[in-house]
Formats: sequence, structure tokens, C-alpha cells
Amino acid sequence: MKHHLILRVVSKLLIPFILLFALYVQFHGDYGPGGGFQAGVLFASAFILYALIFGVDNAREVLPSKALRFLVPVGLIIYALTGFAGIVMGGKFLDYDVLAQDPQHGQHLGILVIEFGVGTTVAAVMVTIFYAYAGRTRDVDDEDW
Amino acid sequence: MGAEMITIVNIVLLTMLCFSAVAIMLLRHLFAVAALTGAFSLLSAGLLVALDAVDVAFTEAAVGGGISTVLMLGTLALTQRREHRPPRFSLPALLVVIATGGALIYATSDMPAYGDPNAPALQHVVPVYIEGSRNDIGVPNIVTSILASYRGYDTLGEVAVIFTAGIGVMFLLGRRREDEDDEGMVRHGPGNDPESSEPEETAS
Repeated sequence: MKHHLILRVVSKLLIPFILLFALYVQFHGDYGPGGGFQAGVLFASAFILYALIFGVDNAREVLPSKALRFLVPVGLIIYALTGFAGIVMGGKFLDYDVLAQDPQHGQHLGILVIEFGVGTTVAAVMVTIFYAYAGRTRDVDDEDW
Repeated sequence: MGAEMITIVNIVLLTMLCFSAVAIMLLRHLFAVAALTGAFSLLSAGLLVALDAVDVAFTEAAVGGGISTVLMLGTLALTQRREHRPPRFSLPALLVVIATGGALIYATSDMPAYGDPNAPALQHVVPVYIEGSRNDIGVPNIVTSILASYRGYDTLGEVAVIFTAGIGVMFLLGRRREDEDDEGMVRHGPGNDPESSEPEETAS
């Protein structure tokens, strides 16, 4: 894919905005449409676009498989620990009311944290699956398709 | 004006959906089929926006239109790019499809109108959620408050499912590193090289 000049330039321009939009969807999910799952998928799609245009090996340098193996469980653990934090602080499992001084703040905090966990796991899993597929094939010539 | 516009948009989108579905059915070149599946997902995302389900539309556009299309192409690169079985006509299949479609269309006559506030689905816990989302949680996006707070258990389970799927794929397919480290010479011999498509060509 050395010669796809337009694709390379356009994707290089777009990728920062895709990442920014993913972060917006992630942290603005309680006010606008979106949330952890959508943000994770958007975040992953930026990396997948990069890998498609510039090659999987370059993408692995940006986001190594080792980091992904770490991030995949971390998101789930963040979510589950938020649940247990509710118990520790005197409520029920996944009860966000007790996380801050007043229930509404606690709910906001809880939702923000668990959405972050969801986004982390989803993004890491999506890129992992893509790496798993893409890592098995050598680069395919354009004519082969 | 607004309602008419939406009807026109719906008709256009549904027509294009039907066309791409028929094209997917008839085509035998799987690269084109994968690309059309992505287009199908994008059109569905447009329909979901017209239905005011923006959260779902997001997901459909990113997962269906983007990631799953890329994964399908990855699968094609691993296997083969052409379906060998020619399309054939099957009367039982046609009857089953017509019967199922007819039953579904008949069932829609019993459904409440779109957006009807008296629909049974909106009577049970939905008023509580709408009230609570405003007063107890203070989150304007009710979808988020339901998913993250009222249905926190379910979402935790969903994340666990995604986690499990990722781990599964990692175990099954993510073992390329060892092949590479073992020095590709042995495994990527001339007969094993994915780039040489001779075996596929002779098979067709």
C-alpha cells in the first residue's frame, strides 16, 4: 500500500478527529448520545484505519499487543471494582449513590467511571480481534482482490 | 413538512437496503459482498437515525459498517475470495421466507403506532426511569442512565461477554508471534505462502 497517496493523506488528517470524537462520545455520553461502547468502537476504528493504510506492523508500534493484553481485562476490572466500591462504602453492589457526598454526584461519578471501563475493554478487544485476523495474513496485493 | 421528509427518507433508505440485500444474495464475488454488507450497515444506521435511536446508529455505523466489514475482509484474505456454489432456486426455502415475512407483516398490524405514549412497553417501568433519570441521577441521556445505572448488572455482563470474546479470539487466532519467532522459513514455505494463490485457482 505504498502508492495510495490520497488514502494516506486523508486518513492521516481524519485519525486525530476520530480519536477526539471518540473521547467526546466517551465523556459526554451522559449528556449526548453515545457512551462507553460506542466510544470504544470509534477509538478502535481509528487504530484499525491506521493499520489498514499504514500496515499492521506500524500499528503494532503505536499500540503493541502487550498493551492490549493489559487493557482488555483492565476495563472489566474497573467496572467490577466500581461495583465493589459501592459495597465497601456502605451501599449495594453497583450502587453509585454512596460514591460521593450526595447521591446525584455519586451517580455521575459511577456512570463516568464504569463507562470508562466499558470503553477501555471494548476498544482493546476490537483492536485485539483485528490484530488476530490481520496478523495471520501477509499483505495482499491489490490485484489479488 | 418534517414528518413527510422523514417518510421520504425512510422510503429511500429502505429501497436501497432491499437493493443491497438482493445484490448480496446474487453476487458470488465475496469481496463485493463484504463491501455491500458494510453499505447495508451504513444504510441501517441511517434508518436508526431517522428512528431517533442515535446511540444504536452510532454502534451500527462503527461496528457494522467499519469493524465487522474489515474483519470479513480479513477472513476472506485467510480463506478464499469466491463462492463456488452457483445460486440455485429452492421452492421450500422460498415458501418458508414468504410465510415468515407474511406472519411478521401480519403481526405489525397489532403493534402500537410508532412513538405512541400509551404503548404497553412504555407503561411498565419506563415512567419510573424517566422520572428517576431526571431527579435521582440527573443525567439528560436516559439511555445512558438506564444502561449504566438501572441496568448496571446487565452492562457488566455485556462487558464480560466482550472480554470473553476477545480472550477467545486471542487464544484461537492470536498466535502469530510464535510463528514469526520460530523463523518464518519453515512455516511459510512456497506451498504455505498465503500470497501464492495457486491452490485456490486450481480449486475453482
